[in-house]
Amino acid sequence: MSSLMMMTEDIITQHGLTLEEYDRIKVFLGREPNFLELGLFSVMWSEHCGYKNSKLELKKLPTTGSGILIKAGEENAGAIDIGDDWCIVFKMESHNHPSAIEPFQGAATGVGGIIRDIFTMGARPIALMDSLRFGRLDEAKTRSLMTGVVSGIAHYGNCIGIPTVGGEVYFEESYSTNPLVNVFCLGIARKKDLVKGKAVGMGNPVFYVGSSTGRDGIHGATFASDELTEKSHEDRPSVQTADPFMEKLLVEACLELFKKPGCVVGVQDMGAAGLTCSTCETASRGNSGIEIDVELVPRRETGMNPYEIMLSESQERMLVIAQKGKEDEVLKTFEKWGLHAALVGHVTDTGRMVVKEKGKVVADVPSKALTDEAPLYKRPAKRPAYLDEVNRLPDLSPEKSNYTNELLQLLSEPNIASKQWVYEQYDHMVMDNTVVLPGSDAAVLRLKEAGKYLAMSSDCNGRYCYLDAYQGTLMAVAECARNVVISGGRPVGLTDCLNFGNPLKPESFWMLQKAIEAIRDACLKFEIPVTGGNVSLYNESPQGAIFPTPTMGVVGLIQKESDITTLSFKEEGDLIFLTGGFGKGLGGSEYLWRVLDIQKGPLPAFDLDEEWKLQKFILKAIQKGWLQSAHDTSEGGLAVALAECAMQGKKGALCELKTSGLRGDEILFGESPSRVVVTVKPQLKDDFIKLAQDFDANIVQMGMVGGTQLKISYGGKLLIDSKWQELEKPWRTAIENGMKMSV
Amino acid sequence: MKFAVVVFPGSNCDADCFHVIKNVLKQPVEYVWHQESDISHFDCVILPGGFSYGDYLRTGAIARFSPVMNSVQPFAKKGGLVLGICNGFQILLEAGLLPGAMMRNSSLKFVCKYVYLRPENVKTRFTEQYQKTEVLKIPVAHGEGNYFVEPDVLKKMNAQGQIVFRYCDEQGEVTRDSNPNGSLENIAGIINEEGNVLGMMPHPERASEQILGSEDGRKIFESIIKAIMK
Repeated sequence: MSSLMMMTEDIITQHGLTLEEYDRIKVFLGREPNFLELGLFSVMWSEHCGYKNSKLELKKLPTTGSGILIKAGEENAGAIDIGDDWCIVFKMESHNHPSAIEPFQGAATGVGGIIRDIFTMGARPIALMDSLRFGRLDEAKTRSLMTGVVSGIAHYGNCIGIPTVGGEVYFEESYSTNPLVNVFCLGIARKKDLVKGKAVGMGNPVFYVGSSTGRDGIHGATFASDELTEKSHEDRPSVQTADPFMEKLLVEACLELFKKPGCVVGVQDMGAAGLTCSTCETASRGNSGIEIDVELVPRRETGMNPYEIMLSESQERMLVIAQKGKEDEVLKTFEKWGLHAALVGHVTDTGRMVVKEKGKVVADVPSKALTDEAPLYKRPAKRPAYLDEVNRLPDLSPEKSNYTNELLQLLSEPNIASKQWVYEQYDHMVMDNTVVLPGSDAAVLRLKEAGKYLAMSSDCNGRYCYLDAYQGTLMAVAECARNVVISGGRPVGLTDCLNFGNPLKPESFWMLQKAIEAIRDACLKFEIPVTGGNVSLYNESPQGAIFPTPTMGVVGLIQKESDITTLSFKEEGDLIFLTGGFGKGLGGSEYLWRVLDIQKGPLPAFDLDEEWKLQKFILKAIQKGWLQSAHDTSEGGLAVALAECAMQGKKGALCELKTSGLRGDEILFGESPSRVVVTVKPQLKDDFIKLAQDFDANIVQMGMVGGTQLKISYGGKLLIDSKWQELEKPWRTAIENGMKMSV
Repeated sequence: MKFAVVVFPGSNCDADCFHVIKNVLKQPVEYVWHQESDISHFDCVILPGGFSYGDYLRTGAIARFSPVMNSVQPFAKKGGLVLGICNGFQILLEAGLLPGAMMRNSSLKFVCKYVYLRPENVKTRFTEQYQKTEVLKIPVAHGEGNYFVEPDVLKKMNAQGQIVFRYCDEQGEVTRDSNPNGSLENIAGIINEEGNVLGMMPHPERASEQILGSEDGRKIFESIIKAIMK
């Protein structure tokens, strides 16, 4: 063993490890690690790869269900049976810190990474969604970050030819210097074509394919597991550069190769922790060993040492474990696509990951020590003191008799305004599958090959979670599932991306705990298994932690084409119903924050049973073919929901809200959850009401679609009165105009 | 009758074109790998959209040198039908099979959305199923669709009916606001003098089925089929 050196405390802590963790490494090795070995443990035991602070919590999530083919954590992504030999594979991941430092490349490589997770499973990636969060739009920094992030996503997704069909964009002070970039990818495969990330079969060759290895991104995983500081820009070399064309070649070559019987034993992409992670993880999953020689790894720079080669996070690289005897076929397939596959090592039965340099052993560690033995911590948790203060609502200003101006203002608030400035930069139609385009509650795809339809949505309101981590997260899961349901789908799986602050701070950890408990409770109630996801902690900057943001991604299966439902008003004379009741309370609402300048709770009441009842009722009504349109109330409340139905349907509506005891602004803009605005043809009114009774669902008829005015009256007052065209203008142009301010 | 869909490394609308021809129009179609050289047995060659070779240099600049283009040139000279969509259009410009050049969109941003088109010449073999009064709804998705050509060539093209599609508004008016990329005279698609090579930025293969929101692009393929059958 060469280069044995005395580890100083400095070197150990620079590697993001504690002295206790260092002692643990010594136990596994039976000796001091060398510098390279320390590097291997450093990245594999980082939060990003080892989930050391979150794993004990994540174990609480329900991961089983009738359709589950591959469970969360078993492989790069979970897989769900959708019937007739077909399955879907999907996952969401964060690329927050790289995007904060270098928005274009950070976001682009985030897209590249999640796509690799999907096609590594043998599935063809067919859809992307992006959940983005920035500071306030009127800050120059936000516009600069957003320009970079959106063009980075566009660069990668458009070039590789996978449609970006949905997502969300939020603007809120707490993300100002720590933006969130959460990227979702979904792929489809025939069940028999799924590929595992396993290295098995003593002597089987290990190939390296794709871009050559450079010094970019060394220790990216460790970097992602630390707080952002004033000096983080000095970490820029930790951010990698993106080459979507290379990845397009990899996708096509790999999917072609996987179809050739008996050629491939296992595959793993080189994402976080690069060559290190892919080699030890495949060996660990295969209960085998692996041996590679760094001298055989294609490099783009001279003089790279084993440490740099093993820890580089250069993008667009794959590790392919082939069947012995099929080497020529593997090489030939990659050559067709202009790719060079380099033989870098072979599978062993030692259970160890051995790294050589020109034949000389430079690292020798048990694979499972790297992958399964990362220390797991139960961190101290403490309810944040600020919660009491922010959940006391002050007295509100007196009611007004008309709120049309407030509605116009809300429609032009960036969180509510149309996101077309963003999604028109993404190719959302390539692949000829996109049935419901961005700007709806959920994206809907048809799967030509499988003859099926999918709905998918991603959601989270960070402000809700800041005010109440548990209920805010329940509401995020509920909204995400609801968006799928009102588009005609039955949710079949959920992926999450948990963006939180430093877990070593008890208040942050408490919020993470509450959020995970909420995901568990909601998923159990809605019978949706969690198929995987990712955790992004340490989202803090000198200005403080971000709002806790557990982003959800839910995918649902739509039975038949006629079930596909959209939010726009369809025909004059259709009756408008509100399901779920008028709700109560303005706490946490966009109106309270942007119009009255109060960022406080408490959140309006939420009940899981009510939500579940609502979703089952709406789905049944859709499947019976009775709903002309469906749209849930979310940011901006009932008034904004009605305005969106009107604008997108290019029709007005006359509504009278028959209730009492609520403030005018409360009934219009309160964000009470579990509510859906639906329209029904007049001749189906009785059937619809009967069905609601069967489900014990709370419905109330509000009015009728027609004309060009949106009129909403309550308590004898005409609270809203405007042409839909006048509502549309600020809504459609607000973000574009906001972005026009000089960066 | 047989269609070819050329696959360059980085093509990404190849499968969409293939799907529409095979499953929607029910016509024989084959993929042609960019390294193949014999395309003489096809009746119509489609250069699909995408980012051939990554388009890191200039759109279509590298694809024009790929082996298959050595066959597309004589194929076109002999009168074979060639349809270039989006990146395929850009390649046809680079290869000199169509006049003019592409610049980056005037917004400097990629743009993907439905646009409206006016068919300006319905007497070509690609458009004879259209009426001149129609307004077509077909999506675009590109970063470089800002078409430019020298004034004297443009004059000639206009005179000879070589401008086949222009961006317009929903009512069919050619307006500045309806132009998604700043192209000269709202040009969206052009044809060569001989009338057998058409290049267009909008994607007819994305507008050939009702479920995707528009069938207005299908008549391009139907026109081609009819022309070949003649």
